[in-house]
Amino acid sequence: MTDRAEKKLLLVGNPNVGKSALFTRLTGVHALSSNYPGTTVGFLEGRLVRGGEAWRVIDVPGAYTLSPTNEAEEVADRMIGEGADAAVVVLDATALERNLYLAFQVLERGMPVLFALNMVDEARHKGVEIDFRLLEELLGAPVVPTVAVSGEGISSLIDRLSEASVVNSPARTREERWAAIGSVIEKVQRVTHRHHTLLDKLEDASVDSFWGLLIGIAVIAASLAAIRFAGEGIIDGILDPLVERFWRPVVEQASSALGGGGVAHDIIVGRIFDGAVDFEQSFGLITTGLYVPIVMVLPYVLSFYAVLSLLEDFGYLPRLAVIFDALLHRMGLHGFAIVPSLLGLGCNVPGILATRVLDSKRERFIAATLISVAIPCAGLQAMIIGAVGDLGMKWVAVVYGTLLGAWLILGRILHSLLPGFSPELIVEIPPYRMPALSAMGLKLWMRIKGFFMEAVPLVLFGIIFVSALDALGITAFLSRLLAPVFSGLLGLPAEAAAPILLGILRKDVAMGMLASLGLSPSQLVVATVALAMTFPCIATFIVLWRELGGRRMAASLGIMIVSALAAGVTVRFLLAFSL
Amino acid sequence: MNQAVKTKACPLSLKDLPNGALARIVQMPEKDGCADRLEALGLRAGKVVEKISGMPFHGPVTLQLDGRQIAIGWKISSSIMVAPIKNRGGEDD
Repeated sequence: MTDRAEKKLLLVGNPNVGKSALFTRLTGVHALSSNYPGTTVGFLEGRLVRGGEAWRVIDVPGAYTLSPTNEAEEVADRMIGEGADAAVVVLDATALERNLYLAFQVLERGMPVLFALNMVDEARHKGVEIDFRLLEELLGAPVVPTVAVSGEGISSLIDRLSEASVVNSPARTREERWAAIGSVIEKVQRVTHRHHTLLDKLEDASVDSFWGLLIGIAVIAASLAAIRFAGEGIIDGILDPLVERFWRPVVEQASSALGGGGVAHDIIVGRIFDGAVDFEQSFGLITTGLYVPIVMVLPYVLSFYAVLSLLEDFGYLPRLAVIFDALLHRMGLHGFAIVPSLLGLGCNVPGILATRVLDSKRERFIAATLISVAIPCAGLQAMIIGAVGDLGMKWVAVVYGTLLGAWLILGRILHSLLPGFSPELIVEIPPYRMPALSAMGLKLWMRIKGFFMEAVPLVLFGIIFVSALDALGITAFLSRLLAPVFSGLLGLPAEAAAPILLGILRKDVAMGMLASLGLSPSQLVVATVALAMTFPCIATFIVLWRELGGRRMAASLGIMIVSALAAGVTVRFLLAFSL
Repeated sequence: MNQAVKTKACPLSLKDLPNGALARIVQMPEKDGCADRLEALGLRAGKVVEKISGMPFHGPVTLQLDGRQIAIGWKISSSIMVAPIKNRGGEDD
C-alpha cells in the first residue's frame, strides 16, 4: 500500500559501499548486507517515518554506471528513470573518485540528491582524508559523513533529507565527467602514505599465483571439515536423541492407531522393520519424509551456509573467483561461477537460482546443467557416504572423483559444443572486513527459511508421488523396460533399475534401496555414480524448469542422462580393469 | 606522489607487467561492453595502477587502483597497454 503522502527515496550507489547496511539503518527492516558484488540484484523496500514525514525507501541494485553493463545496472537505470522525491547517493570514502562517476550521472538526471559519504572510518585508516564540507560546496548538494555499520551520521543524514536538492548539472560526455571528477578530487581528497597492515598482506597473498592457491585449498579444506564436524555434531548430539525421545513414541502411536498396516499406514508411517519404524527406510510421510530433510540434511545445509556466509561477508569469495577463473574459463564460464557452484554443494536449488548473477544465457545454461548433473548437494552427499562409506573411504573417493571429473569434462564439452564464447572476468575485490554478525545471522536465517519453504514440501510431495507410482505398478513396468540398459551398459542387476528410476524424485530413498540389493562394491559405486548424476531431486527439477524454460531444461535433462550413463560405463570398466 | 615518478618508454600489455610494478595506463581496449565496465570501475587511460598478481594458465590479473583491488580476465589484460613507471623513492630499483 502506498500512501499518497508517502514520499519516495532511492538509495543509490556502487556495489560494496554499505548501501544495504545503510538501508537497514534507515528503515529498521533488516536487509541482506553482503560483501560480494552481485548479491543485491533484487531490490529491497522499507519505510522510514520521521517528523510526520513518511518515506518509502528503495534500495536500488548496486551499479557502477547508469550506462548499463549488466542486469543490475539496467534495473538501477530504470529505477532512477522512474524518478523519486529524493535520492541518497552512497559514496565509499575509500574510493571516492570512482564513486563520483555514478554520482555525477545521477546529478545529471536532475534528481534531488544528497550524499552519504560512507565508511569514513575505513578511509581514515587507509590514510584518506576528505574535506566533506568543501565536497558539499563543490557538488551543490548536502554531503553527510556516515559509518553505516555502526550507525554514525545516520540521524544527521535523516535530518537533512529535506535539503536534498536538484543540482543544475549539464549533461556531460564521459571525458568531461572524468575531468570534472578529477578536479573535485584534487581539491577535497588528501592521501597520506601508510604502511601495509597484516590484512593488506593477506589480501595480496590471497590472489598470489602461489600463495593464493595454497590459501584457497586451505580455506576449502577447512570449510569442508568445519561443515562436516558441525553437521555431524548437530545430528548425533542433538537431533537424533530428540527424535528417539520425542518423535518415535508419536510415530508408534500413529502406527497402532492406523492398524499397523494397510495403504494409509504405508503412506503416512511406512513400512515396519522387525516391529519398529526405521526412520531412514520406512518411507512414510511422518518417518522418512520428515527425518531425511530435517535430521539428515538440514544440519549440513545449516552448517554449510554458516561457513559460506562467513566467507562471503569476510570478502573471500571474489578471491576464490580469481583463483578458479582460469579453470572455469575453459568450461565456458568465468570465475564468478564458482559461487553458484559452491552454493549447489549445500542445496542445488539456491545454487541454480544463483546462476542469475552470470551474464549470458549460455553461461547460465552451462552452470545450471553442471550443478544439477555433477554437484552433489548436502543431502546427496549424506546418501553417498551412507551407501558407499561402509565399504571404505577409497570408494567414497572414487564417487567424488568421478563427479569432479564429470564436472570438468562435461563443462569442457558444453563449452566446445555450444556456440558463443567464455566471458571475461571483471570484478572488484572488496577489502577483507570483519563480518557483522547480525547481518550474517539474518542471511543464514533467510537461506534456511528458503530451504524449508522450497525443498521440504517438495520432498513430501515426492514421497506421495513415489508411493502412487509404486502402487499403480508404473515403477515396476518402467524398471522392466529399462532393465536391459542397466544390466547391459552398467553391469547392474535388473532390480537396480527401480531405485535408479526412483532417484528421479527421491535420491535418498533410492540410495536406501540400493543398499539392500547386496551389490558388489564396484556395482554399488557404479549405481551410486549413475544415481548421483541422473535426475536431480524434484525441487531442483522445478527450479531448473523455471530458470531455463522448457526447451533448455529438456536439453539439460538429455545431457544429464547421457552423462550419467557415460560416467557409469566409464567407472564400470575402469574399476574392472584396475581390480 | 605523482611528482616522484617518471614514465619510461616502451608500453607493454598489463599481463606482461611484472608483479609489484607500477604503471600508467596508456591505452584501453576498443570501446565495447567490457570497456564500459572497466571504465565504470575507474580503469582508464592515464590512471596509475600497481599489478598485484597474475594467475597461472592464463588466469586473471589483479591490480590495485586508487586503493582498491580489481581482477580482470587474462584476455582483457593483454589488450590493456601500460607504461611502467619507476618510483624513485621506492626501495626496488
